[in-house]
Amino acid sequence: MAYPQELKQLIKKVEATRAARIANKKAGKEFKALSLDGRKKMLDYHPDFKKESKREIKVGPSKGYAISPEIVDLLEAKSRIDPAKVDLGKVEYTADVLVIGGGGAGTAAAIMASDAGMDVLIATKLRHGDANTMMAEGGIQAANKEKDSPWFHYLDVIGGGHFKNVPSLVRTLVVEAPKVMSWLENMGAMFSKHEDGRLKSLHGGGTCRKRMHMAADITGAEIMRTLRDEARSRPNIRVLEFSAAVDVILNEHGQAAGALLYNMETEEYHVAAAKTVIIATGGSGRLHMQNFMTTNHYGATGDGLIMAYRAGVKLCFLHTVQYHPTGVVFPEQAEGLLITEKFRGAGANVVNVDGEQFVYEREPRDIEAAAIIRECVEVGKGVPTPGGKPGVWLDSPMIDMMLGDGFVKKEFPGKYILFKRYGIDIAREPMLIYPTLHYQNGGLEYNERCETSVPGLYTAGEVSGGVHGENRLMGNSLLDVCVFGRIAGREAAAFSRSRHKSGKLSLKHVADYNREVEKSGLDKGRMAPMLLPYYGNPEVRERQLTTTFHGTLR
Amino acid sequence: MAETKESGALARVPVYIMGKRYMVPPSLTIQKAFEFAGYQLIRGCGCRGGICGACATVFRFPNSHKIEVGLACQTVVQPDMHLAQIPFYPAHRRAYDLAKEDPSPDVLGRIYPEIYRCVACGACTKACPMEIQVMDYIAAAIRGDVAKVAELSFDCVMCGLCASRCMAEIGQYHVAILARRLYASKIAPRAEHLGKRLKEIESGKYDKGLDELVKVDEAGLKKLYTALEQEPEMAGEDWMPKEKNNL
Repeated sequence: MAYPQELKQLIKKVEATRAARIANKKAGKEFKALSLDGRKKMLDYHPDFKKESKREIKVGPSKGYAISPEIVDLLEAKSRIDPAKVDLGKVEYTADVLVIGGGGAGTAAAIMASDAGMDVLIATKLRHGDANTMMAEGGIQAANKEKDSPWFHYLDVIGGGHFKNVPSLVRTLVVEAPKVMSWLENMGAMFSKHEDGRLKSLHGGGTCRKRMHMAADITGAEIMRTLRDEARSRPNIRVLEFSAAVDVILNEHGQAAGALLYNMETEEYHVAAAKTVIIATGGSGRLHMQNFMTTNHYGATGDGLIMAYRAGVKLCFLHTVQYHPTGVVFPEQAEGLLITEKFRGAGANVVNVDGEQFVYEREPRDIEAAAIIRECVEVGKGVPTPGGKPGVWLDSPMIDMMLGDGFVKKEFPGKYILFKRYGIDIAREPMLIYPTLHYQNGGLEYNERCETSVPGLYTAGEVSGGVHGENRLMGNSLLDVCVFGRIAGREAAAFSRSRHKSGKLSLKHVADYNREVEKSGLDKGRMAPMLLPYYGNPEVRERQLTTTFHGTLR
Repeated sequence: MAETKESGALARVPVYIMGKRYMVPPSLTIQKAFEFAGYQLIRGCGCRGGICGACATVFRFPNSHKIEVGLACQTVVQPDMHLAQIPFYPAHRRAYDLAKEDPSPDVLGRIYPEIYRCVACGACTKACPMEIQVMDYIAAAIRGDVAKVAELSFDCVMCGLCASRCMAEIGQYHVAILARRLYASKIAPRAEHLGKRLKEIESGKYDKGLDELVKVDEAGLKKLYTALEQEPEMAGEDWMPKEKNNL
């Protein structure tokens, strides 16, 4: 799967302009970044601005809000099972704090609740740690050097989010950031450091200071495996893997009081009762909005949005979806995979089929993605790939030429090995990329204490919306899951201790919601949450005739 | 040459999923081949990008005794592959309180005494899809060199393939993460600037600036944002902005 001859010929055009581009960079003569006005115009080419990218929700607390039809389909669907069939008197699991989702936010929450002496249960759909956190590559932002402060970080976050972010959430994010770094360092996360122990830092798209810290190019994996290892060592944290929550359970006082869990393997439904519930189910890239390929992990199907929405939590900022500018388009086997922004942070240019720069490489993600789509679709200077899709070059070899031989191999070991398997040396040859569905900017409405509108129901991480406004910057999602995961754990523990009122468990809200879906004439036989995507061959699907086969699972 | 079948424009090749024959397009990874054949994966599938370690796979070719291994999401199918997944590997992980452990030379062997059973056969290194020198880091663990274990094992995705091939029944990846956590928290030089910043935050140094900033309207924010002084790409660690307000 090395580059075929046609592409090797085209790479020569990239090589031809490389020396001049490097010289410009060294002289501080960067390709001009767009003005705020220029950015606005460029967004016309972003997938969010296509007419068919949105549909109004016709049911529930955010009725009338127009968001991705792929999510609306799931909101306008009934629960996986009839709530009347559930015996809420039979409680299989009990806990002080129930965490739904075993990714970065859920695990950080569990650790903090455990610190507060709570008995914690993590219920997760796949394995503990199978989450987008694990896949985050480039880094985590925190303003902790002399040249920088939370004030500057705040402005970058809010500028990247098109000035729409919720200020109190942004403030919490940037002030808590250095504390999170220290917490992770104490827990043994192996960040990339200088000899004297100072954290290495790079730029990300839309940062005014180099504040993106990293653990080589597997920052998320390093954070996730460290959090997971810590959680596994704690006797008061239990983890239920392959146990997806399908609905939140409330009690007679209207407080969140547990969840209905689905054993993915035995297909049983069990009741888990708890004094508080934290929704940390992550994003929704596997819904493949507008048929885009995605960088997301297998379980990213937006389950938490559906459950919490039925329980009464409003949605916000879901009208924008983040497309990562640089997903793999070649080789086809790796299609959609994330190429970390750190390559651009380290100075790699983005160039077209003629080897020309057409966009500054450190624009915020939505702008960068829109510019790449424009270059391919409108200008027609994309690189044709063997799979038929266009792409543009990400000129990784210039990094070694600027920062020294071996830099790419050392700082990007994950991607270096991946491409090497396919016969491509990214320290010598550029990569072919195209925007790929990456991040759910919005989600459940919450405040800086991670409270939702339902007492006892907390939320953290990608499933929630507001802190990133309409567009998240690189390095702020790992930060988000740690900052708000920790807060959710702490706040939920406090609620479990003093504000929880025990009372009769109820799924009435689910029955009511189902009725609303039916009454509104929206019942198309759909059920949600979806739990897993289906990638079978259509011919096979036609023969999978089991009558109980609904959505993706029985 | 393996048999291929034309279906439309797509040539397909046979693979044997746990002994059963299916025809799949030759461009697919093992993971996508399972799905193409009609499997709804529940276990054995995670990030689909080679970093989570969920999809450890063993396979073999006809007329060969050789058991090969890889990550299903990263390995492209070849005609006549005989495939099986290792969705879970029950290697023993010990619970420990990191705060109470010293990175002393005996720590890894005390918590995981089975490392001394290593016979240096190299099966772990051969099995590693991340090309980690697993046997070498186990040797370092036996020597008590925590830092070396951390360094050599850094790219580990904890898929468990090393443990599955180990005749000494060592859970290498569990030893490795203990070493990395010990190294990062107790051996590597600390990021002193973090402690300093934490004190500044606690002292309320940034409160006033942020109190004002959260109240600024969109037009005001745009002005502040546009005027931000940008740290140059090639700036070194000692770069300082001209504008010192709000630092």
